[in-house]
Amino acid sequence: MIQVDKVNFEEEVLQAEGPVLVDFWSPNCEPCMALLPDIEALEKKYGDRIKFCKLNVVGNRRLAISQKVLGLPTICIYKNGEKAAGLTGEEASAVGIEAMVREHV
Amino acid sequence: MAASTGMRMYDVIIVGAGPAGLCAALYSSRSRLSTLVLEKARPGGQASTTEWLENYPGFPKGVKGPELMEFFAAQAREFGAEIVKDEVVSVHFSPERKAVRTAKGGEYAAKTVVLCPGAEPRTLGLPGERELRGKGVSYCATCDGDFFTDLDIVVIGNGDAAVEEGMYLTRFVESATIIVVHDEGVLDATAIIRDRAFKNSKIKWIWNSVVDEICGDGIVKSVIIRNIKTNERTEFETNGVFIFVGTVPKTDFLRGAVEMDERGYVATNERMETSVDGVYCAGDARAKYLHQVITAAADGAIAAVAAEKYIHEEEGFREMVLEPASPVMVCFWSPASRESLDFMASVERIAEARAGALVLVKIDVYRNRRIAGRYGIKSLPTLAFFRGGQIVHKVEWPTTEEEVVAAAEKVVGRR
Ligand SMILES: Cc1cc2nc3c(=O)[nH]c(=O)nc-3n(C[C@H](O)[C@H](O)[C@H](O)COP(=O)(O)OP(=O)(O)OC[C@H]3O[C@@H](n4cnc5c(N)ncnc54)[C@H](O)[C@@H]3O)c2cc1C
Repeated sequence: MIQVDKVNFEEEVLQAEGPVLVDFWSPNCEPCMALLPDIEALEKKYGDRIKFCKLNVVGNRRLAISQKVLGLPTICIYKNGEKAAGLTGEEASAVGIEAMVREHV
Repeated sequence: MAASTGMRMYDVIIVGAGPAGLCAALYSSRSRLSTLVLEKARPGGQASTTEWLENYPGFPKGVKGPELMEFFAAQAREFGAEIVKDEVVSVHFSPERKAVRTAKGGEYAAKTVVLCPGAEPRTLGLPGERELRGKGVSYCATCDGDFFTDLDIVVIGNGDAAVEEGMYLTRFVESATIIVVHDEGVLDATAIIRDRAFKNSKIKWIWNSVVDEICGDGIVKSVIIRNIKTNERTEFETNGVFIFVGTVPKTDFLRGAVEMDERGYVATNERMETSVDGVYCAGDARAKYLHQVITAAADGAIAAVAAEKYIHEEEGFREMVLEPASPVMVCFWSPASRESLDFMASVERIAEARAGALVLVKIDVYRNRRIAGRYGIKSLPTLAFFRGGQIVHKVEWPTTEEEVVAAAEKVVGRR
C-alpha cells in the first residue's frame, strides 16, 4: 500500500488515473488496526485494478477534515479526483469494503 | 452439512475474543481442551477501545485497555488456544455436534460452544446521526479524538463511560459540552468520576436537556438541544458529537438458536448455561447486572469450566452407558437421598449375580443433573436399563429387591 500524506495526496490520489482506495487510519484506532490485514488481502486480490493507499490522520488532520473525514476507520474510493464512495465505522467491514471495491473496478 | 465428515472436532469453540472470550480460552486451553476462538476483528473487544481502565484489579495505577487485552490474548495463546480471524454468521446446534459458519465460508464444529460476542454502542436514531457518522458523529473517543484537536465537541450521555471518555477527549479538544437529561449536578456516573469531571475546566454542562437533531452539510455543524423542562429548542454550534448512551448486545446471528430477552441479551443461569445443552454465553452479551471487564472475565472462566464438566460427563456417560453392546443397569442416586443409599447394597447384589451379562453404573444425580433431567429422573433411587444406547426398562423408586430382580430378568433373562 502506498502511504499518502499532505504532501503527495494531490498527486497520488486526486490526480491519479483510475480508481484509488484510501484507508484513513491512526495507530490509536483499534478497529483500524484490526481492519488493516483485511485491506492488505484485498490489495492482493484487486491491486492490479485499483490503487491502494493509506493515510495516517495523525499529522494529516487538516487534510482528512478537508476530505470530510472526521471518524475512523473510514475507507473511501476516489475517481477522477472526486470521492466516489465511502464506508465508516461498523459498515467498514472486510465484506462491506470488498463489495464497494467490486463496484468500482 | 455434507462437508462435515472428517472435519476436525474441537472441544470448545469460542465466538468473540473480548475479555470474556479470551478468559474462557485461557481456562479451557489450560484444561487441555482443544480450543478455537473466532474473532471478526482483533482480539480485545470493547475493552481495547478505551484508553485507561482504572477498575481492573492488579493495576493500582490503572492499565491501558489495548495493553491489558494483549496480555489476555497472549495468556490464552500460551496454553494453546488458537485464535482465527473470521466472523461467525450462523450457528447450528445439535446434541452431538455444535457447528458454526463464518463470513469467509468456513465451517467449524465442536462438542461445546461459548458465545462471547459482546456488545456495541447504542445509537440514538436522531435525525442526522446516521448520515454524519464518521463526519463528526462518533462512538469511539480513542479512534477519533485526534480529529477534534482545538475544536469544540458535545458529549451525549452521563454514565461512567460518557463522562470518562469526555474527560479523555479534553486532552485534544478546546471544550467538551456534556448534555445531561437530569437536574443540575445529577449524573448517572459514579461519585469519583463525577467529582473529577466537575473539576475539569474544559468540560461544560448543559442540564435538563436532550439532543433532538444533529445538523451539518457533509460534516457536523451544530446540534439542536431541547430543554425538557421548558421544551425550548436552541441550536448549539459544535464540530463533533460523541455518543455514549450504553450498548446493545451483538446477538442477531443467534436469534432462534438460544433463548434471549426482548433486548437481545442471552438468558443464562449462574453456570453460564444457555437454553441449549453444551452451549454457554459469557460477558456483555448475557443478561446480567454489571457489564464490565472483570465480570466478563469471570463469566468466561465459569463458562469454560462448565463446558469442561459437560464434556467429561457426556463422554463418560456415552462410554459407560450408551456405547456398550451388553445391557447396562444405571442406578440414579444421590448422597442426599437416604432411600437411594439404603438400596445400593441390593443393587450391587443384583449386578454381582449377573456379572458378565449386566454392568452396573451409578450416577450421582447431584453431579449429573443434566443427564438425570434428560431421562426424566424424578425419584431416587431409579434404576434404568440401557441396551444399545436406549432405555429398555425403568424402575422408579423400588421398595423391594424383588422388583429390581424382576426387571433385570426381563432384560437379561432368568439365572
Ligand atoms: C468506551 C468504553 C469504556 C469502558 N470502560 C470500562 C472500564 O473502565 N472498566 C471496565 O471494566 N469496563 C469498561 N467498559 C466495558 C467493557 O469494555 C466491557 O464490559 C467488556 O469489554 C465486555 O467484554 P466481552 O468479552 O463480553 O465483549 P466485547 O468486549 O464486546 O468483545 C466481543 C468481541 O466479540 C467479537 N464478535 C462479536 N460478534 C462476533 C461474531 N459473530 N463472530 C466473531 N467475533 C465476534 C467482537 O469483534 C469483539 O471483539 C467500557 C466500554 C466502553 C465501550
